[in-house]
Amino acid sequence: MHDNRQDAILARQSFIELSARARARALLDAGSFRELIGPFARMTSPWLTAQGIVPQADDGVVIAKGTLDGKATVVAAIEGSFQGGSLGEVAGAKIAGALELAAEDCRQGRLTQAVILFETGGVRLQEANLGLAAIAEIHSAIVDLRQYAPVVGIVAGTVGCFGGMSIAAGLCSYLMVTREARLGLNGPQVIEQEAGVEEYDSRDRPLIWGFTGGEQRYETGFADAFIADDVADVQTQLGALFARGVPARHRSDRHGDFLARLARVDISRQADSAMVRALFTKGEQA
Amino acid sequence: MEKIHLEYPAQQPAARATHVGVVGSGDLEVLAEPGESGKTVIDIRTSVDGSGPVWTAQLARLFAAGRLPAVKLEINDFGATPGVVQMRIAQALEEIGHA
Amino acid sequence: MSTSSQPTRGALWIAALTGGAQPAGGYPASVTVIDAALAGESARFIAVVRDENHRFPRVHNGEVGLVEGWTIARAVDEVVEADRNAAQKRPIVAVIDVPSQAYGRREEAFGIHQALAGAAGAYAKARLAGHPVIGLIVGKAMSGGFLAHGYQANRLIALDDGSVMVHAMGKASAARITLRTVEELEKFAATVPPMAYDIGNYATLGLLWTLQQVASPDAPGAADTAQVTKTLEQALADIRKGPRDLSGRLNNGNRRASLEVRNRLRAEWDVAGG
Repeated sequence: MHDNRQDAILARQSFIELSARARARALLDAGSFRELIGPFARMTSPWLTAQGIVPQADDGVVIAKGTLDGKATVVAAIEGSFQGGSLGEVAGAKIAGALELAAEDCRQGRLTQAVILFETGGVRLQEANLGLAAIAEIHSAIVDLRQYAPVVGIVAGTVGCFGGMSIAAGLCSYLMVTREARLGLNGPQVIEQEAGVEEYDSRDRPLIWGFTGGEQRYETGFADAFIADDVADVQTQLGALFARGVPARHRSDRHGDFLARLARVDISRQADSAMVRALFTKGEQA
Repeated sequence: MEKIHLEYPAQQPAARATHVGVVGSGDLEVLAEPGESGKTVIDIRTSVDGSGPVWTAQLARLFAAGRLPAVKLEINDFGATPGVVQMRIAQALEEIGHA
Repeated sequence: MSTSSQPTRGALWIAALTGGAQPAGGYPASVTVIDAALAGESARFIAVVRDENHRFPRVHNGEVGLVEGWTIARAVDEVVEADRNAAQKRPIVAVIDVPSQAYGRREEAFGIHQALAGAAGAYAKARLAGHPVIGLIVGKAMSGGFLAHGYQANRLIALDDGSVMVHAMGKASAARITLRTVEELEKFAATVPPMAYDIGNYATLGLLWTLQQVASPDAPGAADTAQVTKTLEQALADIRKGPRDLSGRLNNGNRRASLEVRNRLRAEWDVAGG
């Protein structure tokens, strides 16, 4: 028993440490990975160089087609190391465009499911309005595609998933998180800037993780799977979520349930993570 | 951002293309493709202004002797140390068929 | 807290465009929902408005918070459900004047990202189901607030006015995050169209269906209201002729890379011969 566990730990391959391209490759069936608009296409951001910022040849997004457990799948993987995983015009269009084509395939009877690897601070501020517009198109494409085939989001870490892309994560059919993931609309620095340090101290790590950390998000029903930082575990749980098919009701459609819970929030005291857990106890339907 | 263009003598063209690295803090990406026979061409975009002499010196040590296959290298650098530069270029050269 | 401050532009315009029709009951004070006529058919108008007595303290100035996100979702979903079997789906008009999403501890704690996904998802579903969705920007359309309320519209219309702006983040925060000073940020904003804050520059991105001039954006009179109503009617007719997606926003101008990416993806999507 002890030996087996030790072997398992030794055999574990970190998912978080992989680049976006390696992550996409790791999720698809062996030999099926095919990248679209790869780095040699040199589809770089037209806006970064104009501001004296070094671009990346794939603009920080890897789009790959292949199969997953034999099923046609498109993977959109964001590279968190490039510009904090932020989405500009090209990066955003790659994700939106890939999901749009997957939906088109579904409508023509060729079911194509999707995985989005979120590792992003949201809009790339150097391309502000074009990033925001692209994210709106990603939202649209997720909602379109998820009618036909599951769109599974994965927040592995360490960048996390923020801004408009946290909304995209909230639109996915299913969401997977690790202990190293964070998921929230506003980054801690921005909340501190806008609302003051009393409201949100961006250096208070336990506070921030207690609200936005992967474990909390999973325990409170904002994510569907809690995965280890292990390629094999990610593969297994991803396959299990796809096997569930299109959910009868998406999380983003549950306004009645969420509004009823929010009505019960005790505003007389500031929120803590235990309060959130109490409010979102699983299994309770409004 | 600074752009640097370098050319060196080289052997026959490399066998294939490869891409390594990311444009992340302290790192760089290298796009390596077969070059024109006898000539290696390197284009660098770096976030470190004024680093031209450092790049020129480091790449000359690798390429000036002209013993390597001809490659077209495109480098996007985000403040990589010489050690990381060395490692990434070695990785790229290995993957295109020259260890 | 004072309750005597001026109504927001969003509140003024939704009232003007619906001709004083009664708001639908059962909605919180921060979300105005009004069913009124547009081009002779019943339409649903939605605006997020200021509620200084909002129980969530970080939502006092028309920001889109937890309750607003989920309430928009509810208001949109209601008409989608009601028209489920209707041959012609009723129009939805998002009157947009949102200074931002709500920034606060409770907001993150209780999942504001999910609330905004509720709103954005509801608008997208309505559009895909065939409801004409029009976004009318009368004031600020900022960041997550805009993504939740309006950015899923088939057509975007903006008033051509100095107080109308679209952006991803306020200047102070954007400067902090990009490690620039506000002055540096403004310098780039002057030469890089997607970074600009004003609606004139935004219009060059090709995301707007039209930019509409009015005489008094802060106090719409009968002529202004009639003019904007006419534009809404034209947008409605245009939507009914076109596809349900957002492809009308792609163009060969400042968004040519968005179009180029899609063309290349399509070319590479299927393996040759496969």
